[in-house]
Amino acid sequence: MVASGCGGTGRELAPYVDLDGLDLVTRSITLDARAGGAAPRVAETPSGLVHAVGHQNPGLEHFLATELPWLVRAGVRVHVSVVGASIGEYAELARRLSRAPGVAGLEINLGSPDQAGEDLFEVREPYHAASVVAAVRREFPADRPVLAKLRPDLSRAVEGARAVHDAGASGVVLGDAVPAAMPDGRPGGLCGPAITPVALRCVREVTALLPDVEVVGAGGVDGPATARAFLAAGAVGVQVGAALLHDPTTVARVRAALADDLADDLADDLAGGPDDPERTL
Amino acid sequence: MTRTTPVHVVGEVLATKRAGAYRHLTIAAPGVPERFRAGNFVAISVGDGRLARRPLWIHRVKETGAYGPTLDVVVEPRGPGSTWLAELPVGAHVPVTGPLGRPFALPREPVSCVLVGEGYAAAPLFPLAARLRERGCPVSLVLAADDEAHLLSALEARRSARSVSVVTRDGSVGVRGDVAAQVDAVLERADADVVYAAGTTATLAAVAVAAERRGAWSQVALETPMACGTGLCQGCPVPVVAEDGVTRRVRACVDGPVIRGDRVHWDGLG
Repeated sequence: MVASGCGGTGRELAPYVDLDGLDLVTRSITLDARAGGAAPRVAETPSGLVHAVGHQNPGLEHFLATELPWLVRAGVRVHVSVVGASIGEYAELARRLSRAPGVAGLEINLGSPDQAGEDLFEVREPYHAASVVAAVRREFPADRPVLAKLRPDLSRAVEGARAVHDAGASGVVLGDAVPAAMPDGRPGGLCGPAITPVALRCVREVTALLPDVEVVGAGGVDGPATARAFLAAGAVGVQVGAALLHDPTTVARVRAALADDLADDLADDLAGGPDDPERTL
Repeated sequence: MTRTTPVHVVGEVLATKRAGAYRHLTIAAPGVPERFRAGNFVAISVGDGRLARRPLWIHRVKETGAYGPTLDVVVEPRGPGSTWLAELPVGAHVPVTGPLGRPFALPREPVSCVLVGEGYAAAPLFPLAARLRERGCPVSLVLAADDEAHLLSALEARRSARSVSVVTRDGSVGVRGDVAAQVDAVLERADADVVYAAGTTATLAAVAVAAERRGAWSQVALETPMACGTGLCQGCPVPVVAEDGVTRRVRACVDGPVIRGDRVHWDGLG
C-alpha cells in the first residue's frame, strides 16, 4: 500500500510501478483547494525527512473530476485520505466520496504535524478522533474500509486505537509522521527509517492489547525486511511512504516479496504450517 | 516538449574528472541517455542514510561508447550529499532516475538565441547549444561564475556556440562583474529572439525581466531544492502565473524545471 502524500497524484509513480491492483492512499484531500506551505518544504535529517508540505491539494471537486478517474482507470485501488477543519467537513468529504465511483476506501488523517494542522480540526484526545471516525463512518458504506491514521505516540496509541475502533474504524494505520521541527523552526513531521523503531513499538503494543483491531504498519518501510518486521509485530499490512521519494520502485519490491512470502506460507499451510490468511498488502 | 518516460536504474560510475571546483562524473545508466533532451536532469540517491535525492543536470550524453550509452553530470561538493557524490570512485554503483523534468523548448525557426549559464548550472546549456546549432540558430553563450574555478569549460562551449563570453564576479577571467547587470547589453548585441538561462534565482529573474523588456521569449531552468525529483513529494513549489492570470503552485521537478521566464512569480519564489 502506498502511504498518503508519497505517491503524488499516482501518475508520477506510473513509470516505476505497475499500478494495476496497487493499493494507494492519496495525499490528504480537503473540501477546498489548499496552496500548501512555503518552501523549503522538505528537509533531510539522518535516516529521515522532515516535511512541512501543508496539505497542498486541489480540493475535493478537482480531485473527483480529474485525479480519481485517472487512478481508477489505471486499476489502482484508491483509498482517499481525508482531512478537514471540522467534523462537518470530514462528514461532507465522506458523503461525497461514498458516491464517487471507484473509491475503495477512506483513510482519515487526524490532524497534521505541520503548520497546516493549526487550522484543521484538532485531535487532542481519543474522543476527538472517535467523533471524527463516527461522523465519517455514518456517511460511508459499511462494506468499504475506513482506516484511521494515528500518530505513533506510545502513550496514546492504545487508547486512540481503541477509541477509533469502537467508533467504527475498520483498522488503524500506525503511524503517521512524528511531530518535529524543520531546520528553521517551523513545525513539520519526521518520517523515514528514523521512526521505524517507534512505529514498530506502537504496532506491537496495540496488536498485543487490542487483538480485535487490525493494524496497518507504516513508518520507514524501505524494503521487504522492514515490511516483514511490521508484520511480525502484528500488522496485517504495511504502507510504503518516504522510501518512494528515494526509490520509487520500493512499493513494487515490497509487494512482490510479501506476495512470495504469502505463497510460501500457503504452501506451508497445505503442509500444516502457520496460517495467516489476513496478510494483505 | 514531448515527455519521455523516465527509468529507475542502478548506474555505474565509469569516470570522474576534477575541473576547477567541480567534479564531472560519467555514469553508465542504461535507458537514460537514450531518452535525454537538453534541460532534463537525473535524481541520484546518495548513501549513508540520506533520503533526499540530489537532482543533477545532465551535462552531456554519449549514445555510443565502449560502455554503451553514458551521461555526464557536474557536481559541486557543497553539502554532505554532494560531497559524497563527488567522492564516488570509478566503479561505484548508484541508483539513478531519469531523465526527469520538462526540457528546453526549441524554436522551429532559425532564430537568434542567447544562453546565459551561471556556475555548474550552465551544464544543461551545452547540449542545448548543440541542438540549437543543428537547427541553424545562431547561439551566443554567456558563461558566468564567481571565479575561474567555478566556470564550466568555455573552450568546450565554443564548439557549438557562435560566440562565447565569460563573466566572473572577481574578474579572474573574462569580464568582471555580475552577469545580471549585463544581460540587457548581451541581448542587445546578439539581437536575441529567445533567451535560455540556468543559474541562481536572482540571475534567472534578471534574465526573464530583460527578455520581456526586449519582447524576447525566455526559458529558465530553475535551481530549486528537490527531495525526490519525481513529483511525488510536493517539496519544490514554484509560484507560476497561468494564462488566466491566476498564480498557482507547480512543482519544479515535473512541471519544470524549465519554465517560461515570464510565467514565474519571482517574488514568491523562496
